[in-house]
Amino acid sequence: MNPNQSVWQMLSYGDQGWSDELLHGLWLTIQISVCIYLVGFCFGLVGAGMKLSGNRLLMRIGDIYSTLIRALPELLLLFLLYYAGTDMARSVLVGLGIAGEDVQINAFAAAVLALGFIYGAYMTEVLRGAILAVPKGQIEAARAYGMHFGLRFRRVLFPQMMRYAMGGMGNLWLNTTKDSALIVVLGSLPELLSATRNAAAATKHYAFFFFIGGLLYLLITVTSMIIQARIEKHLNRGYRRV
Amino acid sequence: MADFLDGLQYLATVALPALLAAIPTTLALTLISGAIGNLLALPIAVARTSRNPLLWVPAYCYILVMRGTPLLIQLFFIYYGLGSLLPGTWVRHSWLWPYLREAFWYAVFAFSLNTAGYTGEILRVGLNSVPHGEIEAGRAFGMTGWLIFWRVTLPRAIRIQLPAMVNEVILLLKATSLASTITVMDIMGTRTDLFAQSFRTYSPLLGAAIIYFVLVFLFTRVLNWVERYLNKDRLAPVAVVLPAGIP
Repeated sequence: MNPNQSVWQMLSYGDQGWSDELLHGLWLTIQISVCIYLVGFCFGLVGAGMKLSGNRLLMRIGDIYSTLIRALPELLLLFLLYYAGTDMARSVLVGLGIAGEDVQINAFAAAVLALGFIYGAYMTEVLRGAILAVPKGQIEAARAYGMHFGLRFRRVLFPQMMRYAMGGMGNLWLNTTKDSALIVVLGSLPELLSATRNAAAATKHYAFFFFIGGLLYLLITVTSMIIQARIEKHLNRGYRRV
Repeated sequence: MADFLDGLQYLATVALPALLAAIPTTLALTLISGAIGNLLALPIAVARTSRNPLLWVPAYCYILVMRGTPLLIQLFFIYYGLGSLLPGTWVRHSWLWPYLREAFWYAVFAFSLNTAGYTGEILRVGLNSVPHGEIEAGRAFGMTGWLIFWRVTLPRAIRIQLPAMVNEVILLLKATSLASTITVMDIMGTRTDLFAQSFRTYSPLLGAAIIYFVLVFLFTRVLNWVERYLNKDRLAPVAVVLPAGIP
């Protein structure tokens, strides 16, 4: 790469420019964020369920999970969970004789699980609040109709709690897309910030490329905000605006 | 087991002392950026609530950019971007240069601007939620616009949003760990250093986790105390004990 390239050459598509790398990075960032969000949502449901279970041991575990994770920097947790996760997966695979000593753990899955576990703690608090906001009489009515747990959750609790969870979950989505940039420190996935940094380092046009990278992140944010407003409108249909 | 004990011994004798020595850097990053960021947030929030498009549009864009892009890319933009442009300008020979050779001040710069965006938005909501009657009362007393702002609107807005602003400082404390990616030797940076020296993964990470946890815990305690002190007139009475003799 020639450091004296013009702006348009640097942004062209193909092996002279960096547009293809950046756009692939953008696409990978979106994929990673969606996966993190879904994994986080599952951890969050389990965490919220534990905290509201009424069982002392489960409540304690849920409490420790959400408190400890939220008190520590994401960067530190990402390192810790990523290394611990890959080490554990490796030793399990080797121990069971499924794979040899040279087994490589998929970086995408490891990063997604690590960040998903972190986001699960934040999600736990959002979902716990949302579940508590659903009037208790609704659940009791469902029980009186003889609905079992699965049906009660699917037909009564879930649709109503999502309305309350929307605000917090929208914020968490925005944070997920931004925190997925932390993956750059692992150096194993070419997501948007990694692609941006590679482009900046190769061309020495640091300010230019970090500016472009920032614009692409902003694009994700603004698009998400527009979609979020629509979803909120959809979930609030049937409720009068106060 | 031997591995575990060895790691524990390393944690206690090497990792923890080194990590503890890095606490002042993390605290300095948090407190300096927090102070500058909160001060900057005020004009941003005021501009954002203005009806003049020349004021609120730039403020809106600033808040959107700061909250809409990852802090890490802002940090890289300022450290690598400005850091590579500045030496070619007048700054190279000015009094600023001794500061701008150190990654620490770039980190402070980035964190201050970022916090200013987040806190600016918090303050905007606060300014908008001051009860109208209180501003009218100020007017009835014959106060001018600025006096009302300084004596009524602003103190009230800050008190309303104090919990959110306090939360922001704690988020900032956690976010300062990102400074380690631009070679600042804070707690997280020291952990990277220890890792490079010893090739131990877990001991330095666990040591850093313990220290961050204690710091966040202490910060929460102290800030909650400050919050309660500043908002003490707004707290509901805990219990009212009626004097004897009243039916």
